[in-house]
Amino acid sequence: MLDDPGASHDRSPPTPRVEAKRRSVSLIWIVPITAALVGMVLLINAWRAAGPRITISFQTAEGLEVGKTLVKYRNVTIGHVTAISLSADHARVLVTADLVKSAEDLATSDARFWVVRPRFGIGWVSGLDTLVSGAFIGAEAGASKARSRQFIGLENPPPLTHGLQGKTFVLHTDQLGSINLGAPVYFRRFQVGRVVDQQLEADGRGGRLVVFIDAPNDRFVTRATRFWNASGIDVTLGADGLKLKTESLASVLAGGVAFETAPAVRDSPPAPPGARFTLFKDEAAAMAPPDGEPHYVRMRFEQSLRGLTIGAPVEFIGVNIGSVSSIDLDYDAREQSFPVIVTALIYPHRMGRAYDTLTQQGATESDAKMARLVGQLVARGLRAQPRTGNLLTGQLYIALDFIPGERKARFSVDSQPLEIPTARGSIGELQTQLASVVKKVNALPLRDIAAHLDRDLESLQGSLVQLNGEVLPAAKSTLGALQNTLGVVDRTLAEDSPWRENLNETLTEARRSLRSVRSLSEYLNRHPEGLIRGRRVPQLELEASRRTEDGAQ
Amino acid sequence: MTDLVRAAAVGVIACRTCGLVSSRALAQHRERCTRCGTVLRSRLPQSTQNTLAWLVAGLILYVPANVLPVMYTSGVGGAQESTILSGVVSFWRAGSWDIALLIFVASVAVPATKFLALGLLLWTVRRRRQWGREPRAKLYRMVEFIGYWSMLDVVVVALTSALLQFKALGTAEARLGIVFFCAVVVTTMIAAMSFDPRLIWDATVADAR
Repeated sequence: MLDDPGASHDRSPPTPRVEAKRRSVSLIWIVPITAALVGMVLLINAWRAAGPRITISFQTAEGLEVGKTLVKYRNVTIGHVTAISLSADHARVLVTADLVKSAEDLATSDARFWVVRPRFGIGWVSGLDTLVSGAFIGAEAGASKARSRQFIGLENPPPLTHGLQGKTFVLHTDQLGSINLGAPVYFRRFQVGRVVDQQLEADGRGGRLVVFIDAPNDRFVTRATRFWNASGIDVTLGADGLKLKTESLASVLAGGVAFETAPAVRDSPPAPPGARFTLFKDEAAAMAPPDGEPHYVRMRFEQSLRGLTIGAPVEFIGVNIGSVSSIDLDYDAREQSFPVIVTALIYPHRMGRAYDTLTQQGATESDAKMARLVGQLVARGLRAQPRTGNLLTGQLYIALDFIPGERKARFSVDSQPLEIPTARGSIGELQTQLASVVKKVNALPLRDIAAHLDRDLESLQGSLVQLNGEVLPAAKSTLGALQNTLGVVDRTLAEDSPWRENLNETLTEARRSLRSVRSLSEYLNRHPEGLIRGRRVPQLELEASRRTEDGAQ
Repeated sequence: MTDLVRAAAVGVIACRTCGLVSSRALAQHRERCTRCGTVLRSRLPQSTQNTLAWLVAGLILYVPANVLPVMYTSGVGGAQESTILSGVVSFWRAGSWDIALLIFVASVAVPATKFLALGLLLWTVRRRRQWGREPRAKLYRMVEFIGYWSMLDVVVVALTSALLQFKALGTAEARLGIVFFCAVVVTTMIAAMSFDPRLIWDATVADAR
């Protein structure tokens, strides 16, 4: 349009140079460039924030959801689950999770991952918030520096978080009892730790508990410390009444472990981490002096041992020195009897000072020493005897006691195990005596006695009839006559009876006479000559005596 | 249609706003409609370039709009961030297929349609294709019409995050994705506006020249 041709006019002003309109890039392209820049920034940010992608294998993906389940460390979200798949052999679940950049250092080779689900125990609850929020994967950093991308998830939350101050100890036990993971560990009834692991030994003989004692209380565990199972309630019925003892209500339900150090060895150095201890079944067992080597003994009883159970105590003069470990029935073909073979485990050390004194004379070798000791005792009348420990339940225990008057028993020092001669139990003796009494009672001629008694009773009845018919009427009439007589006597002695009047008068007369006699005797005392000369009564004296008489009248 | 007289040929120009037809005086000057004052233009300047630029911008923004979460909801059952597509999927799974369909159409299908439609229009205009000019004009009208509905998602998120604030029981918050989505809607609308549909018919003029 601008290029009007004016070239034909020579004089005309020169035409401006015409340039083709430059096709400039419009400013509008700033808009998409800005958008692209923003997108790039976002992308770079996302790339920079992205941490490692890790794979954790679990047994089950219960509660895990792709995109929703988070990975948390100390309850801070450090990632989320991006994929869940099965392993090649379908045995495990592979959970892929993207961690944030800041959590890169956490994904070390000894980091631990587990699924946090609600878990309920007696005395504790965990993961309650996951009831509504859904499960999440908990993470626990390790100490290693080596990075890793593959992890094996724990099925249970680790009992110990990394960096907790304290010590772990291993306890050996025959039976676990009711001790759960997380069960408290008490020291003087303060909770100072908890059970962090429990498993059977590789050989299946007993188990192993791992307890963690928090610092600074771990210093109370020394080499001499005894641990015992503090589960349940300890009820003791002693001479001072019923005692009920427990560590805490939680330990009653969930089980627990307690420990204590004997006062004598309290100043021994603290035990190193991982030290091994034995878990005793109760406090008494734990704090008891060591039992020493146990010895098996065998006893052969010729009587029923109903009420004797495995574990029943074996007492030596009232001191518990062991327990029954087996009860077997044997058959003696020669006597055609069924003896009961009882095997017991005894701890001679429990005899205390007696054992020390006794063995000082003996040999040093343990078994021979034991055999000789028992031999001596048997020679002095030691016998095993089943006795009733509880009259209500009929529980028996084995008493090793010196029984006087027992026949000399055969005892072999070489038999293995040692066989202790037995005596019939108190209950057995009682039974025998009762049986003989009953036999005698049976032998009594009870029927004859009854017949005699019957006859005697009949004659007695005849006598009684006679008594009723003859003796009683006669007695009645006799009594009537007696009554009459008594009536007469009564009348005779009545207040106004003439007999009584007469008697009164007579008595008055008699009194007068006596007075006369007295005055005579007085007179004679004064005038002894009166006996010869006769009486000379002065007038005045006479008067006075007379007046006196009148007054008396 | 091809034989219809063009405004440029007879030296007139129509106002885009009020429709008043004026005679073209000097093409080099800026002319205003005598009635409403709108700048009179025979064609929108650099229409195809502007449209293309806005369209590309929209297309770039469309990616984060769909990838980034648009909304964060937390409630008793847990917290989650949802993108547009995950929202559609969860509505579909929950059985609300109608709502899922509505969101899908408004947030996914409509922007996608706009990109395709505007892209097609741009391509045909640049190439001066002569086929289907009437359907293309219809297509353009449709693009303009459906453009508004794309804001549905933005409105939903804005309303939800404003209303659903029960602290512990449940909260909803907008996330960055919705900003990008909003930007997508705006850029595509501007792209549609910067496209001059008269260009569709210019292909024949060029031939007639």
